[in-house]
Amino acid sequence: MSVEQRDPHTGYLTTGHEWNGITELNTPVPRVVYFFLIVTALFSLGYWVLMPAWPLGVSYTRGLLGIDQRATVAEKLQEAALDRATWSKRIETESHQQVEADPQLMQIVRQTGHTLFGDNCAVCHGLRADGNKGGKGFPSLVGNSWLWGGDTNAIAETISVGINATHPKTRVSQMLAFGRDGVLKRNEIDNVVAYVRTLSNPATAKDATPQEIAAGKTLFAANCVSCHGESGKGSTEAGAPDLTDPFWIYGGDAQSIFTTVWGGRQGHMPSWEGRLSLLDRKILTLYLVDLRKKNSQEAKQ
Amino acid sequence: MIGQLTVSERQSALIILLFIVLWGLSMAIAGHGDLLGPQGWIVLLAGVLGLFGVMSGYYAPEPGADRLTRYYDDPSKVGIILAMIWAVIGMFVGVWVATLLAYPDLTFDAGWASFGRLRPVHTSGVIFGFGGNALIATSFYVMQRTCRTRLPDQLTPWFVLLGYNLFCLLAASGYLMGITQSKEYAEPEWYADIWLVIVWVTYFVLYLRVLMRRKEPHIYVANWYYMAFILVVAILHIVNNLAMPISFGSAKSYSAFSGVQDAMTQWWYGHNAVAFFLTAGFLGMMYYFMPKRAGRPIYSYRLSIISFWGITFFYMWAGSHHLHYTALPHWVQTLGMTFSVMLLVPSWASAGNALMTLNGAWHKVRDDATLRFMMVAAVFYGLSTFEGSFMAIRSVNSLSHYTDWTVGHVHAGALGWVAMITFGSIYAAVPWLWKREAMYSARLVEAHFWLALAGTLIYVFAMWNSGIIQGLMWRTYNESGRLAYSFIDSLVAMHPYYIARAIGGLFFLIGAVIGAYNIWMTIRTAPEGAAAKVSERPDPVLAGGLPADVPANIPALQPGE
Repeated sequence: MSVEQRDPHTGYLTTGHEWNGITELNTPVPRVVYFFLIVTALFSLGYWVLMPAWPLGVSYTRGLLGIDQRATVAEKLQEAALDRATWSKRIETESHQQVEADPQLMQIVRQTGHTLFGDNCAVCHGLRADGNKGGKGFPSLVGNSWLWGGDTNAIAETISVGINATHPKTRVSQMLAFGRDGVLKRNEIDNVVAYVRTLSNPATAKDATPQEIAAGKTLFAANCVSCHGESGKGSTEAGAPDLTDPFWIYGGDAQSIFTTVWGGRQGHMPSWEGRLSLLDRKILTLYLVDLRKKNSQEAKQ
Repeated sequence: MIGQLTVSERQSALIILLFIVLWGLSMAIAGHGDLLGPQGWIVLLAGVLGLFGVMSGYYAPEPGADRLTRYYDDPSKVGIILAMIWAVIGMFVGVWVATLLAYPDLTFDAGWASFGRLRPVHTSGVIFGFGGNALIATSFYVMQRTCRTRLPDQLTPWFVLLGYNLFCLLAASGYLMGITQSKEYAEPEWYADIWLVIVWVTYFVLYLRVLMRRKEPHIYVANWYYMAFILVVAILHIVNNLAMPISFGSAKSYSAFSGVQDAMTQWWYGHNAVAFFLTAGFLGMMYYFMPKRAGRPIYSYRLSIISFWGITFFYMWAGSHHLHYTALPHWVQTLGMTFSVMLLVPSWASAGNALMTLNGAWHKVRDDATLRFMMVAAVFYGLSTFEGSFMAIRSVNSLSHYTDWTVGHVHAGALGWVAMITFGSIYAAVPWLWKREAMYSARLVEAHFWLALAGTLIYVFAMWNSGIIQGLMWRTYNESGRLAYSFIDSLVAMHPYYIARAIGGLFFLIGAVIGAYNIWMTIRTAPEGAAAKVSERPDPVLAGGLPADVPANIPALQPGE
């Protein structure tokens, strides 16, 4: 059965085997295949001699170069830490004002702060730190409205301990669910909402009757002032937002405010003390203060 | 379909289906209140449907002895149809998850539609659903013809094909419910894994039985590869899925390995799944359909031998290159890297053998989109194996690892090589199987070819760009010695490439849909008079199996039983 045939195209003989019409030529293996088999094998041999390669029971061949990835990483980390030591020590030890006064250090704060913020904070606060433009429950960090205070020390403290977080000294704040818990009735909440809206935007007074707004004001005085203050300006002691400015974390339209009053609010921010070093937290603080400055300058122009 | 089974086979089928029903029932009962329960109902339903199917044809007349003079191709036909159905599903989900990466809101707030659940539906759908069915279908087709013997019985191939699809169904439905053992490409949990072992060992035994009955003195190359595919996938699947279920009433299990051993086992599995599922199996396909379609002898038998043993030997060591710069000991990484480099030679020898086979048939490549599918597949095979060996080098890997470059590499292989060789083979096999003169529309094959090629190129170029940008962004330091970009910066930079990738995938999906339509129309519409023409014409497959000196009226086969 085995009949070798010459292929007219290549001139090679077939192997003489045939499967359902398929034949195979007996073409010799091109030399280049052997060449590269040898080259890659030699490369591998050389690599095995130089690097850790073959297991020997409980140990392995270490390689002539004595390289090990763990040692390499440890070395590189040490080098990098040394490289950064020149500036990191200064930021760590100097006061906020001193660092802010040094344009060179602030340049480092801007660069490094951007990465730190992107990797740790941007998920909630947005890559531009604007709270994803508001209305989603995450405060903007580039505006002038701060729940717990916007000066450098206050920001540093908030980052360290978090809000309603697991840190023993965490900032704690909760707005009651006035509607759900039966403190106020639905129409009473409507009146409070009507009143609260006029605090930041007097033009909304036309959306309700003067009686309703007056009723809302009375209810506000009875229920809300303990945290938000008599004028509604809020309190950074209690983490109660200022209701007279145009910034809203959960939205400033009637429906959003109603939802807030009805169901209450209790925002969370993790405490970063255990996760970020003092240096990193300080950089973030300075970065935010700087970012806000830059933003207000841009707004002025 | 039932009419082709002998009565004893019908009885065996009923017994098997009864066992499946009982299995499903016990899973549904034991798994009540657990995710295992709904999975049990799926098995139960599949078993009951099967029982109804067999019962409805139980009293049909038995097939005549003349069936033994023909190859048994019905499982191949059904396998090809299933492969195309899975292709459309799997690629659709692929486009969906690609779009999700660019527009994350497309989960519609539903748990089942989250990226983490949809993504394995895509990977399993295309690899196991599309690729696996195509491999099973073509392997049945090829082994009969190259061994010149019939499948040993009518029941086993159906058990393998349908049992395998039950596994795929359990896998895909499980992912959507949230069942996973979190091993890439081995996500299905223990009960589905055990079922696949049963199916797969049956497949292996079936293959051995066919080889033992062969009427050819030599075993053809395609069969070496199919054989390696079936055997090694069995080993990989069993070892990597060794796990302990937390109870028989729970879908959850824990791996027998822990820590870095688990990672190494997983990537030994993962890389060899690429090697023996996505490479060896499809090389088997290529070694039959390409020379057949081109009408050319294989370029070099000796090259086939070198590449086969090179591929099987070197691939086994290469898995650890997936774990460069991890807790895996350095020496294991060295071995993985060096064997990956050596692997390039037999891989290119295979690709070269395929392309050189086309010498003397390049005019056909120009005119025939089916053959062009296979040619482009061989080119992409060469490109992605080169890329793979390159990326396995530690210093290259430090840039490419965890980036979209890996995704691009996988898709150069999966779209360019695996899918293209499969579509080429299916377009060749469908007219042969259904006794048609040609595909319903050659122009649609042509359209599919260009869509597939354009889609692959868009996809791969998008991922090369995004992967390298990602890799560079992640390792760039600013002058103060800290990382210059946050992860989210790199995500923002990826956005345009993710859109391009989804578009490339969409092209590929449209091509597959056109292919499915074309195949469907080929099956449905026999062109007028063509049937007569085909029967006059010597069957290109059957008659080819006869040596020239044997009179044509002698049956091509001896009885297989």
